[in-house]
Amino acid sequence: MAKSIDVSDLDIYYGDFLAVQGVNMHVRARSVTAFIGPSGCGKSTVLRSLNRMHEVIPGARVEGKVTVDGQSLYDSAIDPVAVRRQIGMVFQRPNPFPTMSIYENVLAGNRLNAKKMKKSEADDIVERSLKGANLWNEVKDRLAKPGMGLSGGQQQRLCIARAIAVEPQVLLMDEPCSALDPISTSAIEDLIHELKSDYTIVIVTHNMQQAARVSDETGFFNLKAAGQPGHLVEFNSTQKMFANPDNEATEAYISGRFG
Amino acid sequence: MNTLIDSEHTVDHLEPLTGGTMPRMAPGLVAVVSVALGALALLLGVGIFGAVALAWLAYVLGLTFWTRAVEGSRKATDTLVQTLMWSAFVLAMVPLVSLIWTVVQRGAPVLTPAFLNDDMSGRALLGVGGGIYHAIMGTIMVTSIAAVIAIPIGIFTAIYLVEYGKGNRLAKVITFLVDVMTGIPSIVAGLFAIALFIVVTGDPLPRLGIGGSIALSLLMLPTVIRSVEEMLKLVPDDLREASYALGVPRWRTIVKVVLPTAVAGIVTGVTLAIARVAGETAPLLLILGTARVANWNPFSGPVQTLPVYIFQSLGQTTHFKYGPIWTDRVWGAALFLIIIVMSLNLVARIVGKAFAPKTGR
Repeated sequence: MAKSIDVSDLDIYYGDFLAVQGVNMHVRARSVTAFIGPSGCGKSTVLRSLNRMHEVIPGARVEGKVTVDGQSLYDSAIDPVAVRRQIGMVFQRPNPFPTMSIYENVLAGNRLNAKKMKKSEADDIVERSLKGANLWNEVKDRLAKPGMGLSGGQQQRLCIARAIAVEPQVLLMDEPCSALDPISTSAIEDLIHELKSDYTIVIVTHNMQQAARVSDETGFFNLKAAGQPGHLVEFNSTQKMFANPDNEATEAYISGRFG
Repeated sequence: MNTLIDSEHTVDHLEPLTGGTMPRMAPGLVAVVSVALGALALLLGVGIFGAVALAWLAYVLGLTFWTRAVEGSRKATDTLVQTLMWSAFVLAMVPLVSLIWTVVQRGAPVLTPAFLNDDMSGRALLGVGGGIYHAIMGTIMVTSIAAVIAIPIGIFTAIYLVEYGKGNRLAKVITFLVDVMTGIPSIVAGLFAIALFIVVTGDPLPRLGIGGSIALSLLMLPTVIRSVEEMLKLVPDDLREASYALGVPRWRTIVKVVLPTAVAGIVTGVTLAIARVAGETAPLLLILGTARVANWNPFSGPVQTLPVYIFQSLGQTTHFKYGPIWTDRVWGAALFLIIIVMSLNLVARIVGKAFAPKTGR
């Protein structure tokens, strides 16, 4: 069920401001692709344009092409809501719904869309998703408790469970571990490894070790200069990227001589 | 810094960290002296206000200068400002406490079941029986209809402003008009209702309940819009994005995520808006007129409400024979109006607590 993504000549604007320019890449199905680069270079912006979350911000727009499984996401006939049902997203800060219990949070994608399902079916989805997110053992006795009562790391895994409960084709993760301690981070990285067999995953991270640990391919974004749009400097297999990158700027960034 | 470096030669001393301290009973002591001073002034025939002012001045100056002498000028300023702050607080509380005390003291004996169940028909004008049943019912009916009109319009307007109109021109114009509406004098809202129903009914002086409700809803609307708008703005965008990212359409996100998250604040704001207009008099006097019995038909005939009842009864308190009875009625009705408004406030608090997002473990 995983799908590959093709991005060609993607320009992303906030109003008149060109934030990211000329991105071309191919994200393979059933693999983990990491985006790295300094702050403000447009990694998150590119990620958000992959499931049309970008346009939620007033004035934001996109030029170019993003194709998932042969369908161009920015065709006028495409329904952004349908796109987001297929391409899930996990955010930087854990954001469980404060009015819902753990159980309801996992089912939110189904319930909020008024999908009718039997109790047993719902229980099944909750258990499967929480197990998938490595959270089941910690919360199985308190599913009716509020989702906000969990620790930060648990909340983030709850958000991942919520995202995979609707069985998307692709999972986008925007710095999912930046607010977490090393143990929670390690739990989520293990999870990414497991999820890879079923999902196409794109992850934005500031942590280069994390990119090296979890990803198969890496894209390095950078600003041409201050005030200039961000762009994709290099896109390569993670192994090559960290051992012997094609681009000097990539090597400088990865080895810590810059940024 | 230099002294630290040179400290091989000279032994450096830390500035003393202790200073003079006021005795703990100082404020009490000054208070006693000040009160004594005030009492003395009273005995010398200064008058009660002069005596209180003198005692207060003695307390402020005495405590400040004593602190200055013992602890220094920084602490003295602190004492002075603290005393002024407490004085302002007490001054603000005086009318409130005095008002509640007087109304309860005078009104409570009047509030008998008979007073609550009777209206002003029959021989009530001659001092026999009489009560506020019709006015209570009128207040509840007119205010409820006003709420039914104003709350949906207000909530939908606020949703438009926050969720759809973010920063566009129409939203700015609406926000400006809402601000203007906040400033409408209530009597003008009553005139608007009268003018409207003169056109609708053709009657040169229309008297009907729905007119009062429309006047009140005009007054409620800006409060409802503003409070709901503020509450919706407090809902973090993270939650909206989380919902969108699950493929939930915008309207469902608003209905199922944004509104439930903000519901506590919305209910509180709306209830306070209702409480605010429940005591409105001027517009109701214009459009509702006065009645002696309960009128359940909002589309025809005058309706009595508590504020108007109080206003009307006040005119009779100087009557040579029935004056005292009318005075009692005024206090009774005033107390019941306060009870209604206070219980609405209380309900708002309880509901707000009950709906608040849960964070317990």
